[in-house]
Amino acid sequence: MRYAGIDIGSRTIELVVLRDGEIIETKQADSGFDPMAQAKELLDGVKHDRIMATGYGRHLFELSLDAPTVTEIKAYAVGARFLFSDVRTILDIGGQDSKAIVVNDNGRVIKFEMNDRCAAGTGKFLEIMANTLGYSLDQFGVEALKSKRDIQISSMCTVFAESEVTSLVSRGESRQDIAMGLHRSVVRRAASMLKRVCVKEPVLFAGGVARNDCMLHLLQEALKKKILVPKDPQMVGALGAALLAGKKDCYCHGSLPEKA
Amino acid sequence: MSEDYKSMWESLGLDLGAHDALLEVLGKGYQDIYLAQKDRPEGMSYFDFVMSEVHGLRIKELMDEKAAGRKVIGSFCVFVPEEIVRAADATFVGLCAGADFATEEVEKLLPRNTCSLIKSAFGFNLGKVCPYIESADMIVGENTCDGKKKSYETLKNLVPNLYVMDLPQMKSDEGKALLKAEYLRFKEAVEKLTSITIDAERLKKGIEIVNNKRKAIHRLAGLRKADPSPISGLDALLANQVFFYDNPVRFTESVNKICDELETRIEKGEGVFPKGTPRILLSGCPMAVPNWKLPWIIETSGAVIVGEESCVGERGTRNLTDDTGNTVEELMEGIVDRYFKVDCAIFTPNPDRLDHIVEMAKTYKADGVIHYGLQFCQPYLMEAMPVEKALEEKNIPCLRIETDYSMEDVGQLKTRVEAFVELIK
Repeated sequence: MRYAGIDIGSRTIELVVLRDGEIIETKQADSGFDPMAQAKELLDGVKHDRIMATGYGRHLFELSLDAPTVTEIKAYAVGARFLFSDVRTILDIGGQDSKAIVVNDNGRVIKFEMNDRCAAGTGKFLEIMANTLGYSLDQFGVEALKSKRDIQISSMCTVFAESEVTSLVSRGESRQDIAMGLHRSVVRRAASMLKRVCVKEPVLFAGGVARNDCMLHLLQEALKKKILVPKDPQMVGALGAALLAGKKDCYCHGSLPEKA
Repeated sequence: MSEDYKSMWESLGLDLGAHDALLEVLGKGYQDIYLAQKDRPEGMSYFDFVMSEVHGLRIKELMDEKAAGRKVIGSFCVFVPEEIVRAADATFVGLCAGADFATEEVEKLLPRNTCSLIKSAFGFNLGKVCPYIESADMIVGENTCDGKKKSYETLKNLVPNLYVMDLPQMKSDEGKALLKAEYLRFKEAVEKLTSITIDAERLKKGIEIVNNKRKAIHRLAGLRKADPSPISGLDALLANQVFFYDNPVRFTESVNKICDELETRIEKGEGVFPKGTPRILLSGCPMAVPNWKLPWIIETSGAVIVGEESCVGERGTRNLTDDTGNTVEELMEGIVDRYFKVDCAIFTPNPDRLDHIVEMAKTYKADGVIHYGLQFCQPYLMEAMPVEKALEEKNIPCLRIETDYSMEDVGQLKTRVEAFVELIK
């Protein structure tokens, strides 16, 4: 049996296909302006017996393809435990939101926190700030790590932070130092969210922002705990959904249709 | 609603264009949230009718009562003793509103970071779309939270008939003495307004009317202990909301009729959602019509609401008033005793509320509690943290939600509520 999981996020869509408990295919695409069309294109030619959707666009997918859905929170928890069987805390910083999830010894979600409303402290924030400083997203963390001086950035709101950055630039501060200040402000927010759910070790850092080495470095520094990052941090949600698609008795929203 | 009401609304000074727009939104919301539900009790058709006529027939009834010399008294809080109002043959209506309206106008008078409940009451008033405010002969404000207390200073300039009631903040002897003094002062004000002297017989009658209404609601609440739940949380919330508007005797009969039907459902093992559906207790700020956002999200995310720990719910209706006294003094004492037990978050400290939440979670066999705090509502948002702690100590999962009347966070809320439902299942 092939089980697929699709994670339709605000910035990217990921697809994972499992066969006999092994990942046999992973795919990724930008969400773009028509995430459903993108999702269908991603699925084109991909063989699977059952599929489950997660992420911000899961309900659209459910309506259009009659697939069951699961929240990102449960999907990330399940995906994380598959990759590292003893994980107790998961931090997911995605394009538009961030989550801190704590699971018990059996991997069951016992508590979670999510940022509300705006995209402060998420991937989108870092993306816009990188842009403001003229860095590519890949460069951004690398350059920030070269910083030599601490700069406090107090605004978490993307709009205010942008003008704060502009004024720091005009004051002659170095781009690397400003970049570091921005990373620190995102980590402060993530760390406080983690502390609210009472972090238990080991911690898994997932979502697109986990690809940023500076974020990992600062997070380790702030939490003083062991932090694991999977090889493909953006795939954890889709992986969790694929694993759940394979479980008949799992609780999810909607039905679990057998595909011919 | 029929055309006939146009002249009535006009005579009340409503802005007809804005009012039409409001009714359209309300009607659409009701359609999408209420009428879209499956397997509703037949008795809910009464409440469908009440809602369809909430600005029509009900207002006409109030107008008729006024023409017959009776007064209409409006209130923003469950601390205003309805018994005293009824004792003077006056009609009692709730004025809290659950939708954003004329926000730009409101923000000329109130700071932006004022809670939606207060802003909404101002918006309905400034926008001239609330026939209840316009038909009230007396509007009672009460010193509960700072937001309400200070906003009444501004409201006083907008309405000609505001009466402000002071309330204690501590459950001490002094606090109780203050409540008693304020209720006696209120009784006098009502007597003056209505030109009726409230004697023991009248007060007993007033208590009886309001107690009967509460008893019907208690009966409804008790039936929600069943699994499957015979009624949705949305429908039960609606009954609790209409509690504040309807003719009390008719309301009592209608709720009891629904309860008869629900008893039959329970006997047959029938419910609105399948047996075993995760059960949620809602706790926190009151939800005034048409603030159905969070209950709607919860009940479309695979859970059923089995109780409301709220002013529009069990906090507001919990205890009956002792009617065994024979003198006005004794009966007033009974009223003071009853209201002094209300565990509103404006009291400090407020341990009774924590006990009640845990007790309700057990009584209604809730799998988890969702705490609803209105953004900028300090008393309830502050209490949300000890509530969560008290529940966790009893191994009852709790999700804290902070939101307002806008719809912009529905997607985020849906994810959080669904994840909570996955967690308690």
